[in-house]
Amino acid sequence: MNNVNEIIKPGNYLMMGNEACALGAIIAGCRFFAFYPITPANEIAEYMSINLPKVGGIYIQMEDEISSIASVIGASWAGLKAMTATSGPGFTLMQENIGHAIMTETPCVIVDVQRCGPSTGTPALPMQGDVYQARHGSHGEYEIIVLAPSSVKDTFLLTIEAFNLSEKYRVPVIILSDALIGHMMENVEIPDLSSIKIVDRKKPLKLDDSQFFLSEDIAPMPTLGSGYMLHITGSTHNEKGIRNVYDPAYVNNLIYKIYAKIHKHIDDIVKIETRYLDDSKVLLLSYGSVARSALHAVKLARRIGLKVGYVRLITLWPFPEKIISNIINSVEKIIVLENNMGQIFNEVRRVSHKDIEVKFLPPDILGTIHDPLYIMNNLRKFIGE
Amino acid sequence: MYEHPLAKYFRKGVRQPFCSGCGNGIIAQCIIRAIDELKIDIRKIVFVCGIGCSGWISTFLNVDTLHTTHGRPLAFATGVKLGNPELKVIVLTGDGDGAAIGGNHLIHAARRNIEILTILVNNRIYGMTGGQVAPTTPHSMKTTTTPYGNIEYPFDLCKLVEAAGASYVARWTTFHVKQLISSIKKGLLKEGFSFIEVVSQCPIQYGKYIDVREPAKLLLMLKDLSINKDKAKTINEKELKEKIIIGEFVNKEVIGFSKAYEQLIIKVRGKIE
Ligand SMILES: Cc1ncc(C[n+]2csc(CCOP(=O)(O)OP(=O)(O)O)c2C)c(N)n1
Repeated sequence: MNNVNEIIKPGNYLMMGNEACALGAIIAGCRFFAFYPITPANEIAEYMSINLPKVGGIYIQMEDEISSIASVIGASWAGLKAMTATSGPGFTLMQENIGHAIMTETPCVIVDVQRCGPSTGTPALPMQGDVYQARHGSHGEYEIIVLAPSSVKDTFLLTIEAFNLSEKYRVPVIILSDALIGHMMENVEIPDLSSIKIVDRKKPLKLDDSQFFLSEDIAPMPTLGSGYMLHITGSTHNEKGIRNVYDPAYVNNLIYKIYAKIHKHIDDIVKIETRYLDDSKVLLLSYGSVARSALHAVKLARRIGLKVGYVRLITLWPFPEKIISNIINSVEKIIVLENNMGQIFNEVRRVSHKDIEVKFLPPDILGTIHDPLYIMNNLRKFIGE
Repeated sequence: MYEHPLAKYFRKGVRQPFCSGCGNGIIAQCIIRAIDELKIDIRKIVFVCGIGCSGWISTFLNVDTLHTTHGRPLAFATGVKLGNPELKVIVLTGDGDGAAIGGNHLIHAARRNIEILTILVNNRIYGMTGGQVAPTTPHSMKTTTTPYGNIEYPFDLCKLVEAAGASYVARWTTFHVKQLISSIKKGLLKEGFSFIEVVSQCPIQYGKYIDVREPAKLLLMLKDLSINKDKAKTINEKELKEKIIIGEFVNKEVIGFSKAYEQLIIKVRGKIE
């Protein structure tokens, strides 16, 4: 029934970032996808509506983004791996229920193919304006995992990774793509499916188990209808799900535990990619679509003998604080490249030694991609060449 | 020791959370009686609840409960039902939850005809947040936020849901427990979207504004205000304005959404095999 080989065979395929995302999700085991149309995320839904029924999965077009994420949470508790996708305005609408998923420790994946904002902004142009929203969009205190792909192949692999992390840590995982990556076509090598690592959520073993929440080592997750008489609530609760909205000890316990379950495992979660670090005095630090221009610029710089290194964040949140501060504190200068007004820039400054110069470089025009020659010119100015 | 035959449905040591005299206790009991009479395995029923007093109806029952966000239980329930069509899904929602913030989900769930039984508790006011006006508050009534009287008009939710395409639609009050139990039984067995509106008493918030706080008196008021849908046809519109029209409005057979989706999967997979 769930034979993915029916929709794709191993080999090389030219595909769009959004299609790679949908395919990655299906391979990761996603069998429920709820959506409300928005540019530039629509191709994910089109791919899902064609292919999910072939593997026995469900595509549903909901009445809005609020209900899309809500039904995803419901489907996840019914036992399915579930995903939704959207862009900025829809992502904003989802925030309350993303908080519910965090509170109820519901595995699910949310794809935000970023466009230019605020408001309806510019639908089909790329920007990286939702980095803070992805981290802090819902109210209250919580921790969440956010991944940023830089290529079509990355989108494929990171979508699988997003499901794996989400299942393992019972947390919503957000994929921050953008219009550039989502709509770009590139080659993706689909390996033999049996070689892909797939993680499934831990289930309780016995019917008299009753602690299904708030474990730093991730409590088992039962499914609705399997006899556990679950009480799942977005209100403050304890390890058994029992609600208490009067005693501050409950909220204190809950918030520390949902932080701890991510922070305790941070080394397993965070990932970055680096090049030419060994002899670099200057680093270009970027992520997502911007990292492509950054890498290009680093290669141009190396060609003329400049000792420039490349750092790409794959995990944006939790911020790879330890790794990044170790790397950057051994160099003299860092340029943070982002297609926004400096959201990760602030984090890099926060974790860097005070004697290091940290500069920020947006593209020449927000909403366009950084031109590698423009990066080179700024790099030269910056290192005083 | 004698144990009440329905005691097995209640969580041990958990108190019911309602103000004394609240209609939600009656509704909880009607649901449990309907399930018991049908002999449905309670472990295969999932309660999906909104935010508001009515969302607490299942908290003291020993059942699977997914307590969601304000107005969204039907959207969560849609995922639960599609995720596992074997489950029976009951949505418990209030008039603010289901008809104001969640009004859009209500009409779309009815249009899709998804196999969910929705029990909407209409206490005609916002109970939990302290007596503000609701989309079901009678015209000209004073509430915390309509100090000069409500200038809006209340929703006829049964008409709304009927127009949107539900398979089963009925309205009762907390006085009409026999009819309510029978309706819940029908709703539980129904193939598509079932909607039961229960007009209920709220002695604290609603009672405060009409200056009637005794639950028994409020129940008798609900009885006196009610008029059967067939009898309603015989009286004029002006007299009808004040009345609560009760009865079964829709009972039809249309394929439910999750069933239709299963058929779609079979069709698609048949082509590729
Ligand atoms: C997004 C959001 N808005 C507002 C609230 C506050 N709120 C909680 S319950 C409620 C009203 C519930 O009224 P109703 O559905 O009629 O249920 P009742 O309490 O009367 O049973 C409101 C507005 C909330 N929790 N979330």
